[in-house]
Parts: sequence; C-alpha cells; structure tokens
Amino acid sequence: MPTKVPNAPESWYRTREGLGIWPHRGKVAAVGVGLSPTARRWDGRPETSVGAWSILALRKAMEDAGVSPDQVDGLVMAQDTATGSPWPPGKPVPEDFLTTFQPTDDPLDGLTRLSAEWILQNTPELTNVKFTMYGPGCMSNAIVVAAQAVGEGLTDTCLVLKGWHNLEGRYYVGQGAAAEDTIAGRAKWTTGWGTVACYPTAMHFEAYCRKYGVTRDMHAPFVVNSRKNGLLFPEGFYAQHRPEPLTVEDYLSARWIAKPASLLDNDLPICVSAAYLFTTPERARDMKQKPVYILNHASDRIKIRSVMPTLEETEECAASNARKLYEGAGITANDLSFEGMYDGFGQFHVFHLEGLGFRGVKRGDALHFFQTDISIEGWNPVSPSGGNIGSGRTRFWHHTDAIQQIQGRAGKRQIWRKAEVGVTGGPFPYGGNFTVWGATPG
Amino acid sequence: MPKPIPVPDALSKPFWDAVNQRRLVLQTCTACNRHQYPPEPACAQCHSAQHLEWQPAKEPVRGRIYGYCVMHDSRLIPLHEDQPFNIAVIKLEEDPELLFLSHLPGTPPDQVPVGATVEIYFEELKLAPGRLIHEWRVVS
Repeated sequence: MPTKVPNAPESWYRTREGLGIWPHRGKVAAVGVGLSPTARRWDGRPETSVGAWSILALRKAMEDAGVSPDQVDGLVMAQDTATGSPWPPGKPVPEDFLTTFQPTDDPLDGLTRLSAEWILQNTPELTNVKFTMYGPGCMSNAIVVAAQAVGEGLTDTCLVLKGWHNLEGRYYVGQGAAAEDTIAGRAKWTTGWGTVACYPTAMHFEAYCRKYGVTRDMHAPFVVNSRKNGLLFPEGFYAQHRPEPLTVEDYLSARWIAKPASLLDNDLPICVSAAYLFTTPERARDMKQKPVYILNHASDRIKIRSVMPTLEETEECAASNARKLYEGAGITANDLSFEGMYDGFGQFHVFHLEGLGFRGVKRGDALHFFQTDISIEGWNPVSPSGGNIGSGRTRFWHHTDAIQQIQGRAGKRQIWRKAEVGVTGGPFPYGGNFTVWGATPG
Repeated sequence: MPKPIPVPDALSKPFWDAVNQRRLVLQTCTACNRHQYPPEPACAQCHSAQHLEWQPAKEPVRGRIYGYCVMHDSRLIPLHEDQPFNIAVIKLEEDPELLFLSHLPGTPPDQVPVGATVEIYFEELKLAPGRLIHEWRVVS
C-alpha cells in the first residue's frame, strides 16, 4: 500500500459533453453489496464505531459477491465520515476504542473519519490490496473512481466504501464555526447571514414554484412515496427504527427549517456504512451475484459565479449532466427503467428529474409528474430506494438499490417493470458524480 | 440582528475596509472587465491574478430581489431570537451575475417583494460596535 493514499486525479472525471462513449462501458461490474446496521447516533461502543461498521460492510460485500478477502486487490473509499456534530475539542478518545483497533497517527481515525490505512490495518484478511484511492465526499464519487480504476486495469477486484458517523448534537447548529462570534473563510459571505445547508435549495425551490406557477404541496407525493419505498428497504434507518409511513399531512405540517424547506425536506443524519464489490465482467462470471454493468459515469464541476448558483444555472447544469450521462452510455432518457438521483434535500430531486428528462418530464413539469403514479408498482418508478428521505442520510441508498434492482433482488422494493437501466448519483444538481447502471454491457 | 463578525483575510481586507467606510467595492479583472463577489485569488475567467483590482461600485448601489427563503432554524444561535427572518438573494443592478445575501431589514418575514429594487446600506454589527456590514433594504 502506498504510504499516502491519493485522491483520484481530476482527469478521471468526465466533466464535459462531447467525450463520446465511455471507453470502459460495460467493462466494469458491481457484484457484491454489504451494509452495516443503522443507528441515529453513535452509542460510544467500539463495535458500533464508523470504523467497525465499515469493516463489517466490507466483509458483507465480499461474502455477498462470493469473493475471498485475498482476492481483493483494490480499495476505493471516501475518507470523510462527518456530519454536523464534530468531536468535542479536548474530549479523550475512549480507551476501549484504542485497545480494540490498531490506530493510525490520528486518534480519531475510525471514529470521526476513516483512512484507507486504518481500514487495512484493522481488516487483516485483506492481504493483497495493491491499489488504494480516495473518492472524496460521497459514495457517488467513490463509485466513479472505482469504476475508472477497474476500467483502466489498476485493480480487478475492488471494494468501494463509504461510512457515516453521527455524534450527539444538533446538525451544525451552534457547532464548530457556528459557535463563534466571528466568522472566517468563505462562510463569511453566506453563513454570516444565518444560512443553513438547505438554504440554496430552498431558494431555488421557491424561485422554481414562482417561475412555473406550482406550489410546494405538490411536492408531498414525492416525500410520501420516498418514505414508503424506504420502509421497504430492510437495511434502512426508518425500516429498522421508525417504521411509520408518512402522510401528506405530516409533510405539510412539519416545522420549517428554511421555508419553503421543512424538516421533512431535509434528511436525517445517521450512522451506517456501505460497501460494494466491483470487478471485471470476466471475473464476475465466477461470483455469486449477477453482474450489474457500469455503462458510464459523469461529473459536473460548475464554477459558481457568486455566493450560490441561480435556479437557471442549476437547471442547465442538471440538463448538461444528463446529456453527458446519456452520451457516454450510448442511451437516451427512454432507456431508463428507473432513476435514483440524490434527494438529501428532497427539493432538488425535481431538478435532477427534469435534467434527466425522466419519462419526458420537462422543466417545470416535475411537480405535476409527482401527481401521477410514481410508485414502484407503476411504469414510472421515482427513487425506488426511497433515498435519504426514505432511509436516512447516506448518499448511497440509491446506488445500493440500483445494483439490487438490476440484479432482481430488491425484495419488496423490486420495481414492477423490468429493471434494465438505471441512473443514480448526486449530491447536487450543480455539483456531483453520477453513474449509469445496466443489466447488459451495453 | 447579531450577525457574526467577519474576519478579513488578505484577499478580502480591501472589501471590508471599504465597507467600514460605508462604500461597496468590487473585485474586478480589468483584462476581462469582469467583477467577482465574493473575491477570489484569481479571475475565474482568465485565471490570472495580475489584473485584479478593487473598483468602487456604481452609485447609487442598487439591486433587485431575485429570491428568498425564511429562516426558522439558523446554524447561528445568536440569530435564533430574531427567527423567523428573511434571507433574500440580491442581484446587483450594475452586474446581475453578482449575488448578495440580505436580511432585508424592514421587510416582514415571508413578505418579500421579489423583483423589487433594493439599495445598499451599512449596518453596525451588534457584536462589534463601530464595525459595519453591507445590507440591503427595499426602496420601491
């Protein structure tokens, strides 16, 4: 293992239109899936730390794929596991955590962040990992990096990992920089006015409703449907801990965070880890699960002109991203069996959906589309995983679901129509990483 | 409202110095004839820092309300006593690609006249008497 694990080079990301078919289309496959349990907050035990649950997820992914640990030669992961509650300054790391796991030079490694070094030190059966790289931030990024790495032959049996921890405390409220009387860095141009993470999306949604003459209550069917789908995800937080469906009334009466965004337009921070096993189609033949082929990936790197993107920039970025996805996969919107774009602020799902042109939805149409049958039983399944809104904050339920849908093992979430091609990714319509998955190599 | 005190850095110090003199200055790439807000280490268009300079905004400094949300649960606990409050996005009249945030003092929460003209003024920071921050209020 290299002494310093690098981030993926920028050249690996497909950020422009006009690049043609992805050279590795259909030459990378997802096979195994592993998920840890979920919890609302860390309970302080070593065995439920983000490090421990990430190791558990990795082992489950290998077992699911039918791969022995010594066959794994690559690890791609997101290093950060943070949510809005930092480790209190000066608070000692629990002694039992330090004695349970082999530490790196960062005592919080495995607790509030996760390095490849920590994972490999504490997963001793991974004896043949020769390729390690970070896809920072989200599983969406790690997937793109792992797909590119397998496609380029740098690894042929690669684990992809993302973990989340959640400590006590309100999400960013009064935490870290928000606890100070002063404000530094870029935050002084935005957070200084008291913003929260969802404020750009809330503003975009407000502007969207005015622009297209639609109303927020028309968004309720999406949120209700997402929770319904989430409750069919046995690995999800709500299915495990709060198995109550949402109603339209629940959505409309939820307390405001940044009106028009309410609590139920925001996702719930949780603890959980997920891992996938990526490989080549040739190696996948000997594995336990059906391969799900990666047909393309695309990323957007919008240069925000000022303190935030405008609605128009957001809409155009989402549309450009979809054009990149379709071009590189050699498909059109008509080929999509389902979509699983990110919903960590529920209100930007409309921009993803309209950007994709999913089921012919044009700009300004998405809320009208939500009044039709968007369930998994219908012809137009929207977010069959339930996403973050349906299962808690991870930014990976939709990827997990896409793999399982195409493998035909999504259980009660299995969409009624045949799952042949799906698109997932996120987070933002104006900045993220996205993947096209297929039942065949293309 | 008790806004936090902005900490100038080397890049933004001229901006905050001007604000404390009740003036708005804009970082400008004279090669591209392009303004930037917030300031950046280089021009986002030509990627050069050579032609960046600070220019006064055209008087009167006005803008239009582009959109808004109403904050009910801010990250900043000192602002909680004033909740709910508006956070509007202002498009600068001189360069509508530049967006500024504003509480729109004087405009009741959720009664934001989108599209209305606003004018800059300089608000004294409650937490740092004598120091100013740029704000906007509706003029029509």
